[in-house]
Amino acid sequence: MVLPSSRTSSRLACWARTVAAIATVGLSLGPVTLLVVTSVARQWYWPAVLPPEYSLRAWTDIASPSSGVIPALVTSGGIALAVTALALIVGLPAARALGLNEFRGKRIVAFLLLLPVLTPPLASVMGVHAIFLRFGLTDSLLGVILVHLIPAVPYCALMLSSSFANFDTDWEAQARTLGASRLATWRYVTLPAIAPGVAIAAVFAFLISWSQYLLTLFVGGGHIITLPLLLVAFQRSGDQAIAAALSLVFLAPTLALFAVAARFLKHDPSSV
Amino acid sequence: MVDAMPIESSRIYQALGSVQRSRRFRIASMLVPALVVVGVLFVGGLLVAIGQSVGYFPLIGKRHLTSSHYGALFHDLEFRKSLALTFILASASTLISSAAGLALALALRDMARHSRLLIALLQVPIGVPHLVMAVALINVIAPSGLIARSVCAAGLIRTPLDFPVLVNDRYGSGIILAYVLKETPFIALMVLGVLVRLGDEYHSMARTLGASAWQRWRYVTLPMVAPALVSGALVVFAFVFGAFEIPYLLGRPYPAMLSVVAQRHFMNVDLTERPEAIAIAIVIAMIASLVAWIHMRLARTLTGVGRPTIF
Repeated sequence: MVLPSSRTSSRLACWARTVAAIATVGLSLGPVTLLVVTSVARQWYWPAVLPPEYSLRAWTDIASPSSGVIPALVTSGGIALAVTALALIVGLPAARALGLNEFRGKRIVAFLLLLPVLTPPLASVMGVHAIFLRFGLTDSLLGVILVHLIPAVPYCALMLSSSFANFDTDWEAQARTLGASRLATWRYVTLPAIAPGVAIAAVFAFLISWSQYLLTLFVGGGHIITLPLLLVAFQRSGDQAIAAALSLVFLAPTLALFAVAARFLKHDPSSV
Repeated sequence: MVDAMPIESSRIYQALGSVQRSRRFRIASMLVPALVVVGVLFVGGLLVAIGQSVGYFPLIGKRHLTSSHYGALFHDLEFRKSLALTFILASASTLISSAAGLALALALRDMARHSRLLIALLQVPIGVPHLVMAVALINVIAPSGLIARSVCAAGLIRTPLDFPVLVNDRYGSGIILAYVLKETPFIALMVLGVLVRLGDEYHSMARTLGASAWQRWRYVTLPMVAPALVSGALVVFAFVFGAFEIPYLLGRPYPAMLSVVAQRHFMNVDLTERPEAIAIAIVIAMIASLVAWIHMRLARTLTGVGRPTIF
């Protein structure tokens, strides 16, 4: 039954699979490995393929108060946590309305929410800057948090709406019939049912804020120094070891949160 | 009895109407906070920006409407070069990462059904911020980077000057490469989503009916994955067209991609350069919105919403 041609094609398929698997591993682990090595390399000059010596110089440098990394870390983390909380508070009701109901204008609402996610926010932020100038919100933490909500809120609302789409409101009705308060119903019925979606939306909101560069630069005006701003400055200064170490610090929550989120994900590539 | 019927039913309709109204009110009140955020910050910001780009800029004392900023823009050689460069680099990044992502998905299709690890690995590059990807890539492809050193160790070149310039070069190769590394896994995951969901049945049916490998690919697999592939590609294009970090670190200062030019004008201490910066940003927004709109029309044929990349 097996024809010669199908045997060569199956050998080809085997090769393709191997190459693809190697590429996948390389793409995901390559950058991190390289950054780790670069961050501890010492006097790694041309033409050495491997570092001749290792040292923790870059790491002690970024840990020292003069580098400004620790305040930037606190600023970045604080902004990202605030953005996550606000995006969930604002996004959850909208997600429920979109996920559980059919109503006139639903398509327009979905379009409005999708637009900031799909189009670069450059023009909006320039306008927002002019608005914030009037209200004294430029160069302030609050201004930066607000402007990070532009991508974070629509993202949360859209992601959570698919959680609500799979949620059966009859469970809530049962709990209410049995005498549970609104708060208790939300706490013990609704929230557990949508928890995986909420966890993933929270992770994404955090990371969206955490990795913003341009929005922070425009509205923060160089007064609000977050980690990405510092990273660009170090990268442009040419110290590769410090840039690599800082990149790893910048990447740490991404990797940690992905590991946590992976526990909530079912085996389904479409539920990224 | 018979007379009472219309009264009863009209009461029921009245009650139903008020239920409907309160339902509509409830839905609206749940949507308001999110719509205020998007409406004030995104749409409001956009409208103010459009106002400024046509000369309404009270801050520097300008209130006369004019299209001169756009006119000047399209006569400006730097802008035209940047626009062309942005189009070319966004198209190249999109085409290469779509082709590579499709190939990756097809090759991984059987493994992806059983391996959760594989899917998790594919998600890692999507979570890596563009800035970090740029920093890592510079260490690899710079004239004194890892590749150049390996080539030197193999005895093919002697100094970094012999190595082709891939960073801050005139062709934007570093920019394209960075986007390809970031977006290929994204496209692969979108295509894999369809392949895994639809399973193997259509494929084996076609095989049973005597379809050749080419026919199975052309008439079964390709039509199945095309919507996901195209909508993923449009998301990538819209993103790359307006993204800033990668061209800022890996591109040349002149001609630069539009977002870099817009940023430079906007951050200039000379406020009179702002309308030009804003006009460029609006050109970016219009082109990206057009692409996003096409994406949304296509996405309706897919289940759910295409997951865009923001990082």
